[in-house]
Amino acid sequence: MTRRRTPAALVEAEPGPGHHIEFDGRPVRALPGQSIAAALWADGVLAWRTTRIGGRPRGAFCGIGACFDCLATVNGRANQRLCLLPAEPDTVVTTQEGHGRADLAV
Amino acid sequence: MPTSPSEHFDLAVVGAGPAGLAAAVTAADLGLRCVLLDGADRTGGQYYRHPAPGLGAARPDRLHHGWSAYTALADRLGVSGRAEFRGGHQVWALERTEDGFAVHVTLGPEAADRATVRARTVLLATGAYERQLPFPGWTLPGVVTAGGAQAMLKAGLVLPGRRIVVAGSGPLLLAAASSLVSAGADVPAVVEASGYLGYARRPDVLAAVPAKLVEGAGHGGALLRHGVRLRPRSAVIEAHGDERVTGVTVARLDADWRPLPGTERRIDCDALAVGHGLLPQIDLATELGADTRTGPDGAVALRVDAQLRTSVPGLWSAGETNGVGGADLALAEGELAAHAIAGALPGRALLRRRARLRAFAELMAAAHRPGAGWTGWLRPDTDVCRCEEVPVARIREAVEELGAGDPRTVKLLTRAGMGWCQGRMCGPAVACLAGATGAGPDRRPLACPVPLSQLAAEASSPE
Ligand code: FES
Repeated sequence: MTRRRTPAALVEAEPGPGHHIEFDGRPVRALPGQSIAAALWADGVLAWRTTRIGGRPRGAFCGIGACFDCLATVNGRANQRLCLLPAEPDTVVTTQEGHGRADLAV
Repeated sequence: MPTSPSEHFDLAVVGAGPAGLAAAVTAADLGLRCVLLDGADRTGGQYYRHPAPGLGAARPDRLHHGWSAYTALADRLGVSGRAEFRGGHQVWALERTEDGFAVHVTLGPEAADRATVRARTVLLATGAYERQLPFPGWTLPGVVTAGGAQAMLKAGLVLPGRRIVVAGSGPLLLAAASSLVSAGADVPAVVEASGYLGYARRPDVLAAVPAKLVEGAGHGGALLRHGVRLRPRSAVIEAHGDERVTGVTVARLDADWRPLPGTERRIDCDALAVGHGLLPQIDLATELGADTRTGPDGAVALRVDAQLRTSVPGLWSAGETNGVGGADLALAEGELAAHAIAGALPGRALLRRRARLRAFAELMAAAHRPGAGWTGWLRPDTDVCRCEEVPVARIREAVEELGAGDPRTVKLLTRAGMGWCQGRMCGPAVACLAGATGAGPDRRPLACPVPLSQLAAEASSPE
């Protein structure tokens, strides 16, 4: 039987012990060294923001910190780029609507 | 991290990708004290981006071409006493000083702090970012850049979906598709807007770079094995879905990239990786007034002399910033620039290799130059600027009714390009819709986002 091809199988990854972050109140598994965006993708979540004007869902687009589509609120701070931030244990991520919370907007 | 005033490097290299790495280790071998700065925590840049150590990847080479070139450079950097790597250092401005440059950086992904690094000379090796052309549905979750899909895969070992269409133009598409299928994705099609015939016009240039042909054949082989269909002279003209992408419509294009009516067909997918070539990231240099040139792909690059010197005294440039040409060229130019900066003569073989690869880069750029007809797939309500949600209709109104004749005026009238990304995503499209022939050089007062508090500190700092 052949093992299903996965990114981890391709590079023969043996990740260190995983942990959990919280996304909109539910636990999402993360592997050490993954960005928050990567942990969410692995969980099948592609959108974690709604736009200011149209209220449209958005998630990661460029993956490297250039497009700012991946903004969300992290540990209470709005407008954080999830493609750059490491998924530290117990990070709390909430879907960001528009500018984020008015009192935190930059 | 405070910078001691006595710390003054011979060379600061900005960007730790192929060009920057090659330059730093070569310059150190030639006796220069250098510092290598990068916004990421690890060296490698986008090209050699690799899994975080915690992911325990035994075979990171499987996601890369020429991985041994990277490990050799990283090893040399590690043992060098004269080259120092500083990760998490995002350079946002270069400032000329009496004795060289002040290199201003922010620290960490949240740009929580800042520092200034001083050096007699600077080598810009900041690489490139992707050119995006909008189409209906391109803002849907699941539509990601081809480079972004690569980056998330290489660094985080994740995919945006299971069935991923790859589309746009340029050699990155084949590389992206080949790593996506190797990592387990189904790629029903690679949709390339150009043909591949452009390359055939210069067999002499092609024959001089056999490694490039082997690399292309390598990707082609992986794609064939996994049953990926290559559709040249075609484009994704719409992505479908509501909360996320569920399929795309692909159409054939004429030579000008205009969609041919009646050729549309739908492909189901749960992700789309898209990109239309790469653009040199040169704002740090253009802010200092460096001369530029427009390449055969319409992209603005730095103008350098045979020694890779820009028009700004003390500022050199290597790799994609001189016109996009890939990792081998970047490695050669990094080595070459280091020789020039150290006042050492480079070997003839290095000069020849660089010349051959540069010629190939120009051919490649010409082959994938976007055709003007791409606007034929836009609809009035297609968002052009993702950040500010500015649709095509508003930009056309600014041009046709309000008389905006250049991208800057369009920007001021519509806010396109004034949001978070400062036009990095929509710039080429806005310029094209504004009727600009040939893009102007990239000009952003800050090369990356800097919290206002830090700018204020800068203005009042006695440094
Ligand atoms: S995905 Fe583009 S900035 Fe994070």
